[in-house]
Amino acid sequence: MGKNSLHVLKGINFSVSEGEMVSIMGSSGSGKSTLLNILGILDEADEGTYTLDGTLIKDLNEKVAARYRNKFLGFIFQSFNLINYKSALDNVAMPLYYQGVKRNIRTEKAMHYLEKVGLADWASHLPSELSGGQKQRVAIARALASDPKVLLADEPTGALDSKTSYEVMELIQGINDEGKTILIVTHEDDIAHMTKRIVNLKDGIIIDDSKVNQVRAKTEAYV
Amino acid sequence: MSKLFSRDSWAEIIEALSSNWFRTVLTAFGVLWGIFILVILLAAGNGLENGIKQGFSGMATNSMFMWSQTASQPYKGLPKGRRYNFKTDDVPAIKQSVQGLRFVSPRNQLGGFRGSNNVVRGLQTGAFNVYGDYPEIIQQQPMDITSGRFINYSDINEKRKIAIIGSGVQSALYGPKEEVIGSYIKINGVNFMVVGTYKKKGNNGDPEEMQKEIYVPFTAFSQAFNMGDIVGWMAITAQDDYSITELKSQIFDVIKTRHTINPNDDRAVGNFDLYEEYSKINGLFTALNFVAYFVGILVLLSGIIGISNIMLIVVKERTKEIGIRRALGATPWGIRAQILLESIFLTIVSGMAGIILATAVLWLVNYQLSTMDTSEMMFINPSVNIGVVFIALTILIVSGLLAGLIPAQNAIKIKPVEALRTE
Repeated sequence: MGKNSLHVLKGINFSVSEGEMVSIMGSSGSGKSTLLNILGILDEADEGTYTLDGTLIKDLNEKVAARYRNKFLGFIFQSFNLINYKSALDNVAMPLYYQGVKRNIRTEKAMHYLEKVGLADWASHLPSELSGGQKQRVAIARALASDPKVLLADEPTGALDSKTSYEVMELIQGINDEGKTILIVTHEDDIAHMTKRIVNLKDGIIIDDSKVNQVRAKTEAYV
Repeated sequence: MSKLFSRDSWAEIIEALSSNWFRTVLTAFGVLWGIFILVILLAAGNGLENGIKQGFSGMATNSMFMWSQTASQPYKGLPKGRRYNFKTDDVPAIKQSVQGLRFVSPRNQLGGFRGSNNVVRGLQTGAFNVYGDYPEIIQQQPMDITSGRFINYSDINEKRKIAIIGSGVQSALYGPKEEVIGSYIKINGVNFMVVGTYKKKGNNGDPEEMQKEIYVPFTAFSQAFNMGDIVGWMAITAQDDYSITELKSQIFDVIKTRHTINPNDDRAVGNFDLYEEYSKINGLFTALNFVAYFVGILVLLSGIIGISNIMLIVVKERTKEIGIRRALGATPWGIRAQILLESIFLTIVSGMAGIILATAVLWLVNYQLSTMDTSEMMFINPSVNIGVVFIALTILIVSGLLAGLIPAQNAIKIKPVEALRTE
């Protein structure tokens, strides 16, 4: 952007097929967040092509970009990014609101996803009344609400302690088991090994891309 | 447009505005105050106008009064400084030769300011103005007939010696419970039968003095007081489609021809043009209205700038939220519409509150005024009509739009990725 333009990604070539669960690793400044932003149509690459579900994503106007984001993608952020004056249920219903879903259907669907992340009893609570793990689970429910093709998670466990991190990862693994494609940006090794494939970035290029044996995130709480 | 009527977008707006009550109320106050000042100023101007115009109440404002002076220039062998009088024949002549006149009423007068006692009834005497008039005068200088009747054409034709007296005359000549109608009063030694009483309204002139007048038929007056065919002065009213100010030179020409006066002699005929005076007052109130709008709209403008300012801060504060919404699929237009709707909503609600507050104050003032006798006041019924309220509302909607425009534009300039980066 502007004067201080920085060449972050220098030739990335990889593809993710449906149902995969990929983690993108790398030290800070390696370009992993930029990659995720491009994948999330929040940012656009200067060169190269990006194809999502058979659609070439290039030179989209904001209106179309917004529609694609809504239809294809679900976002999970490190800092949860819930809207703090809306209840958990309303937060989950937001993507549906932008799809133009009617109010009662929206509430019903949002409730369904809240149940899925185990927070049905907290539906009417504001984000400030929830713990970090609960907030992230609301955010996951929100990401799922529009039934997207791909889930993009930017350091989903970055703000959580390890116990809660594992709970959240278990939830994400469960979602992957149901067939959703998931990309996770992380710099934590144990989190990366809970995915099925690790892409290692360094200084804007892929230095390693290998399949790993998935470690299930069983926590004591669930034993 | 569908956004405008959807329950969801309104719920969003209410939520956003109520998330910081104190600030919302403070912001709204600016617009409330502006519209309040606008309405109060307009209403006060209106009240003053009503008060002043009450002085003209029912008076035919399209009128002038005309009297004879002395010829100031010699003409056709006649010297300057010559006195002359209007004659009764002038009246039909004027009516015939000038188009567009409604009434031409010749008048004669006895008594006057500090005149000697000229009216006697039994042991009571008094000094009153006595007018010889035609029936039309009541439409030019209205009065309330409180009992009996006014002059009619039978009185004129038969030269009946009857009189209509004012309430001031009544209280000077009669006891509190004495029957007035049918009694006789002696005006300059001639008996007249009282057939009616009147009371005048209005606040131009001396309200006390206005009730001390006696009206008698013009013809009876001429005969009784030896006026012959002399006419003292005339009250002339033009029809509604004409202006007396435009017609009066034609009238003067008729008079000048009939009385052998130099056509260029402007001082031979004296006149008072009520319509011209009335137009001046009307112009004054137009100016006053303009000032009210000017001041009111400027005050309103500062309120609107306040709203615009707060919306800018709101957008800044909600940068992240807007980023999240964009990531979740909100279109730029959706974001812009929301900011605009918020600003318009805030403007209209606070504006309506201002209008309601102003209405309440006006109601209170009117309530207070209604307990007093307003007939001689300079200030009555301060009010604005519904049209003004609609104008104010239109100003509000437009200004709400303007107030939201820059912040909304700012909001969509934020790229979602930048918005989400602020951590």
